[in-house]
Amino acid sequence: MLQAPTPTGHPLSDTVAQFVWLLPLLPLLGFVLNGALSLKAAAKIGPSDPSANGHDHGDAHSDGAGAAVHHTEADHDDSHISHDDHPVVRHRYAGLVSLIGPGVLVLAFGLAVAIFTAMRSVDMAQPFVDTLFRWMPVSDMRIDVALQLDPLSMVMVLVITGIGALIHIFSVGYMQDDPGYPRYFAYLNLFVFFMLLLVLGANYPVMFVGWEGVGLCSYLLIGFWFSDKANADAGKKAFIVNRIGDFGFLIAMFLLFANTGALDFAGIAANIDKLPAGGAVVTAICLFFFLGCTGKSAQIPLYIWLPDAMAGPTPVSALIHAATMVTAGVYLIARSSLLFSMAPVASLTVALVGGLTALFAATIGLKQWDIKKVLAYSTVSQLGYMFVGVGVGAYTAGVFHLVTHAFFKALLFLGSGSIIFAMHRAYHAAHNHSDDAQDMRNMGGLKKYMPVTWVLMWVATLAIAGIPVFSGFVSKDAILGAVFERAQGSTLASSALLGIPGSTILYIVYAFGLAAALLTAIYMTRMMLYTFHGPNRTGAGAEASLREAPWIMTGPLVVLGVLSAVGGWLNLPEFLPLGPQGVFDKWLEPVVGDATTRIAAGGGALAPSTEQALIGTAVAIAIAGIAIAVVRLKPAALVPKKNSPEATGFAKVLEHKYYVDEAYDKAIVQPVVNGSKYILWKGVDVGIIDGLFVNGAALFARAAGWMGSQLQSGQIGTYAWVLVLGVIALLGAFARVH
Amino acid sequence: MIAEALTLSAVLFAIGVIGVLTRRNAIIVFMCVELMLNAVNLSFVALSKLYGATGQVFVIFVMTVAAAEAAVGLAIIISIFRHQESVNLKDINLLRG
Repeated sequence: MLQAPTPTGHPLSDTVAQFVWLLPLLPLLGFVLNGALSLKAAAKIGPSDPSANGHDHGDAHSDGAGAAVHHTEADHDDSHISHDDHPVVRHRYAGLVSLIGPGVLVLAFGLAVAIFTAMRSVDMAQPFVDTLFRWMPVSDMRIDVALQLDPLSMVMVLVITGIGALIHIFSVGYMQDDPGYPRYFAYLNLFVFFMLLLVLGANYPVMFVGWEGVGLCSYLLIGFWFSDKANADAGKKAFIVNRIGDFGFLIAMFLLFANTGALDFAGIAANIDKLPAGGAVVTAICLFFFLGCTGKSAQIPLYIWLPDAMAGPTPVSALIHAATMVTAGVYLIARSSLLFSMAPVASLTVALVGGLTALFAATIGLKQWDIKKVLAYSTVSQLGYMFVGVGVGAYTAGVFHLVTHAFFKALLFLGSGSIIFAMHRAYHAAHNHSDDAQDMRNMGGLKKYMPVTWVLMWVATLAIAGIPVFSGFVSKDAILGAVFERAQGSTLASSALLGIPGSTILYIVYAFGLAAALLTAIYMTRMMLYTFHGPNRTGAGAEASLREAPWIMTGPLVVLGVLSAVGGWLNLPEFLPLGPQGVFDKWLEPVVGDATTRIAAGGGALAPSTEQALIGTAVAIAIAGIAIAVVRLKPAALVPKKNSPEATGFAKVLEHKYYVDEAYDKAIVQPVVNGSKYILWKGVDVGIIDGLFVNGAALFARAAGWMGSQLQSGQIGTYAWVLVLGVIALLGAFARVH
Repeated sequence: MIAEALTLSAVLFAIGVIGVLTRRNAIIVFMCVELMLNAVNLSFVALSKLYGATGQVFVIFVMTVAAAEAAVGLAIIISIFRHQESVNLKDINLLRG
């Protein structure tokens, strides 16, 4: 496997790090094995084989949470009604798959930890690049399939394999009765493979392969229950919206290669002088990269696919659409920090868009009733925070929020998965197939039945709301502090975006951040109050069957709960002297240190009094948010979904997500569809291609043939005339020659 | 003397061509073709005065072929008349594709 020699002299080259290629290979192996098991079962179609039946077929249907998500989109799903008492049929290879699927992730995590340990003991000033093989050697372009280990990719690898392993284990319980059990784990393993390729790639093309691959797996998993058209449509929407962003990524790569002649990270760093700092080229490159980020990481204007992506199984939402894939954009900017630090205008754009998204998505989250939709908009909002962080050049803060967000958001999603699992089981036992198991109006009072989930979800809620010493507080505060610091003096503050001074923009972003923090506290508390507190609204029959999920699901929740609570210890700020400080900052120093210094040039650290005031404001706002929600919201007054009145006024606008989907449909989708239909199809295809070229050619041949056939009239007289005229013409021609 | 003979030959040939082109009766067209042949014969005979007896020999050949042609051609015309009761060329378009 190791054809090219690893760079000699790197302190990591003789350690366990030389097995870095095993990291992506393990999940790939899992994909191959699980995929083979899935195909093997599917090849023998018979009534006894659960995988032979589509998800909607009642006779071998699961009663697991899989079907619960089925009820997401609307109450139109009535295919389960006549099949209440069927026995649960597990997939015939379920045992083997349960071993392989999470097993490869646990092994990969173990390897990652080993490499991490090795890395801690050596000097990581230079990245460790392991070139596996030549990929595209074309003239002066050399693209290798190479993996790069440095502190940044190590952080991502630990998050992906660690959180990934927990979510895989959770899935064993959540998906246990799904007929597509091996297929699910095959896709999930494949996703982890591509995600590791994305973060380990030593150049942009390899990263792009991972980038596209995770998009593919996202599509496959959103549409996992594809027999329901709404789910398949959600998958397509995610895929198509992401294509728009990927176009930006590609253009950025082309520009990079055209201007620096390199596409690997080391080569770009070496040729960075070819790009004038602050110039149009580097700004364009960064903005195109950011277009890619808005797609993959669900920022305005391309965030619309993420809420729809909740059509997939809940662990998928936790892994792909909260913890890892959607943070790829943040990783991309942190990885390209050198470029972004040279383009203040692009960085300001990133921060502004991030701030806008954080606030915008948080307002929508206020009025969603589907528990997963609340978390989806919360994710969009938190991703906005991360972009604010990397936008203002606080790369460590942005990546740190990525890590803590992975902890608490994975916990929230898995917790909601537990709830949905329990709700669906209860509805199933009560033979209730009409109520939505994901609607918070149908829940209420669940803390009595699911105490473990209740406690852990509150931990995550406090973390995301920014209550001190929980992980989210530390990371969110680091971002907001950095915004304020940059606003007071930095290359960003002294540049301008669209004529507005950078410092003004940064103060606006800070205000957005604070407002979003308030709303975050409100909507998260609202979610907790409506699900766990107040009276139970599931109905008498179902209430009796509500119970906590099995240990294989609560186990990962406990681990994530601990991480959400103490994750802040990874990067304690100076004002929290509870342990070693700034560990994470020091760890990422070799990767983003130069860029951070460059972007912060001209400013100083905040005065301690200012910093304390900022922290005080942030904490006060978080507590105020929770207090507002507790005081204003009355869980006892809620009625189940089927009896709920329509929202009115601004609440209705929020519930309908500002009608952005409708606006996009009118402004973009319909014109494209109509343009395709009436211009491209009926005009160009039917008219020009079919009419002019295909039928036109036939018509021309027929006309020419008809004209030729008219010559052959059978009239000897005509023939004679032609003959004589021909002779005269020939004679004339010869006469002229002589 | 040769010039006059060649001129007469050319005039006869032209009359034959015009007859073939303009007339519709198969018999007359056929006679015009014969006229063209004999116009050519005339020029052969005239030119043999300059180039030796080859021309005169050739005339014998032409007359032989013309006799055979006349026999076959008239037979065809009679056959067509029996078939179509007409020798008008406008009615004869069996060669039409």
